[in-house]
Amino acid sequence: MLKILKYSFYDLMRSRWSYVYLAFYLLLGTVLLFLNNDLSKAVITLMNVIIVLVPLIGTIFGVMYYYNSKEFTELLLAQPLKRSSIFLGQYLGVAISLSMSLILGLGIPFILYGLFKSSAIWDFSLLLITGAFLTFIFTALAFNIALSNENKIKGFGYAILLWLFLAIIYDGIFLMSLIMFEDYPLDKLSLVGTMLNPIDLSRTLILLKLDISALLGYTGAIFKKFFGTNFGLIISFIMLIIWVILPTLRIVKKSRKKDF
Amino acid sequence: MKKQFVFLLAIFMAYLNNAQNIEVCNTCPIHTLKTAIEKAKDFDTITVKKGTYKEHDIVINKPLTIIGENYPIIDGELKGEIITITSGNVTVDGLFIMNVGTSYTEDYAAIRVRKSKYFEIKNLVLEKLFFGIYIEKSNYGKIFHNKVIGDAVEEYNSGNGIQLWYSNHIEVEHNHVQNVRDGIYLEFADNCSIKNNVSTNNLRYGLHFMFSNDDIYQDNTFENNGAGVAVMFSKKIKMYNNIFRKNWGTASYGMLLKEINDAEIIGNVFNENTIGINIEGSNRIVYKNNDFENNGWAIKVRGACYTNTFTENNFLYNSFDIAYNSKVNDNVFDKNFWSNYTGYDLNKDGIGDVPYRPVKLFSYIVNRTPETIILLRSLFIDIIDFSEKVSPVFTPDNLLDNNPLTKRIIW
Repeated sequence: MLKILKYSFYDLMRSRWSYVYLAFYLLLGTVLLFLNNDLSKAVITLMNVIIVLVPLIGTIFGVMYYYNSKEFTELLLAQPLKRSSIFLGQYLGVAISLSMSLILGLGIPFILYGLFKSSAIWDFSLLLITGAFLTFIFTALAFNIALSNENKIKGFGYAILLWLFLAIIYDGIFLMSLIMFEDYPLDKLSLVGTMLNPIDLSRTLILLKLDISALLGYTGAIFKKFFGTNFGLIISFIMLIIWVILPTLRIVKKSRKKDF
Repeated sequence: MKKQFVFLLAIFMAYLNNAQNIEVCNTCPIHTLKTAIEKAKDFDTITVKKGTYKEHDIVINKPLTIIGENYPIIDGELKGEIITITSGNVTVDGLFIMNVGTSYTEDYAAIRVRKSKYFEIKNLVLEKLFFGIYIEKSNYGKIFHNKVIGDAVEEYNSGNGIQLWYSNHIEVEHNHVQNVRDGIYLEFADNCSIKNNVSTNNLRYGLHFMFSNDDIYQDNTFENNGAGVAVMFSKKIKMYNNIFRKNWGTASYGMLLKEINDAEIIGNVFNENTIGINIEGSNRIVYKNNDFENNGWAIKVRGACYTNTFTENNFLYNSFDIAYNSKVNDNVFDKNFWSNYTGYDLNKDGIGDVPYRPVKLFSYIVNRTPETIILLRSLFIDIIDFSEKVSPVFTPDNLLDNNPLTKRIIW
């Protein structure tokens, strides 16, 4: 598995897209800091970008990589190798190289700007950790989609739809249901609703660490407990890990049974 | 020349004889404040030397001046009230008063002024207290340069720092109040002025008005209080150049206005409060030249607020600028600077060409269903806010700033 991971990783490191991705984040980080002059403000702006863009790029990249390297995968399948290690290796290769672009691309301008002297360092590292989690989650979801669809166009379509659903439509449905059931206590429903969507989950996780969390806490005791203590932070992290593990398990399961 | 001098000296001596100076110290013949007061005649001066005096229930019932040298400690040993002033023209200066008793039936205070006039309370340090300075049915007093440091933990068994009750024309200036229930509390207190005070870390309000009219408070700082400043059921209050900072918590606000009419709120700074100003049933209030910076809600209008004017304020980086819970609007917003304004200014006169709508759809939704706040900063919310901005359906359509400024106002 490690060899395949290494191969996928180096393959991607050489590819143009990784550099474009890296350059994009470098530019974003530099411009934000240049315009804002304030680390903590820049962290909030970055959050908005990361929450939308990282899942999108993770999904598209994941699907693209799978379809592009399909022939090579089939070649590997002819060798005496475990199927799970082939696909997991590829998946980890993509996810790690994407996270690395993200972390380096945003980290370098911030470090040059003086991150280590700033109090925003924890917020910022949380931002990067969530970004990395999102990359892992959405690449895994993309691999799932690609494994289930032979048709490239269909695969891409589903991948984009998935992103659209989790980034926008889900929140719309969520909002509507909250308004529909406004006569009932909604604390638990809204928290559960957040947990079920990795994008919402990362958004709340970052908001938790920022000052705004008090805003969220005013509605009721459960919110207050969730947003006011470390309880919320721990639960959110556990949920994120589950969100990585579940799709990965499905990759293993699916790849074992798949006909090539 | 010599004669004159002798004459003056004689007058001076006579004066001294008339207004005696009584010294109190631990080793003096008079070693308690109580006996000193007993022996003193009207308009005498009592000097208290450095030391510790374990006394409580000291009643000052004649016009006296009590001056502490190097902050002598008056220790009430938690037995009850420490000093009660019942006469007019009393000055208390430079004492360190501590250990006031706590009671659930009586409001024990470190120093209480009852039915007095022209009193002066200054340079006191109060610690370990229940109530600090309690002014009761007294007029024309001055409370200057005091430091009140409480250790309140819970609201029900703690008292207020400085309390004015049925007292008019009181000046409260340069005091520092912290860790009590209400920093400064006014009930039925008219024509008072509260200036240059600092009120921090209090359990409930930094400053609290109830049924008090024609008061002015200015240049005060209120920081990190349970719920900032509450102004309730009062008329014609002037609030100038105060700073409201970090009243940040689940149920906090910088300023709470409830049933306030004809007030002026000018030149204040609201920084990092959960809610900058919470307005309820308040009419004809002028808001001018205030800075609202980094608040959760800059202004939250709850209802029954009419003919208020908001002009030339700066709204900077608040999560919500204005929250409104009705579709009716009778308040005027004009010439404010909004950091969220996205319009343009083609003729470069400093006024944006497109009106600004301060109420977002999301703030309307959050008002209706508070739990939806969990969707704060979600992409979907940005999209519906944008569409509402283009064609308002839910938010009051006449609630807009027709002349939004394009540059931050500096005054």
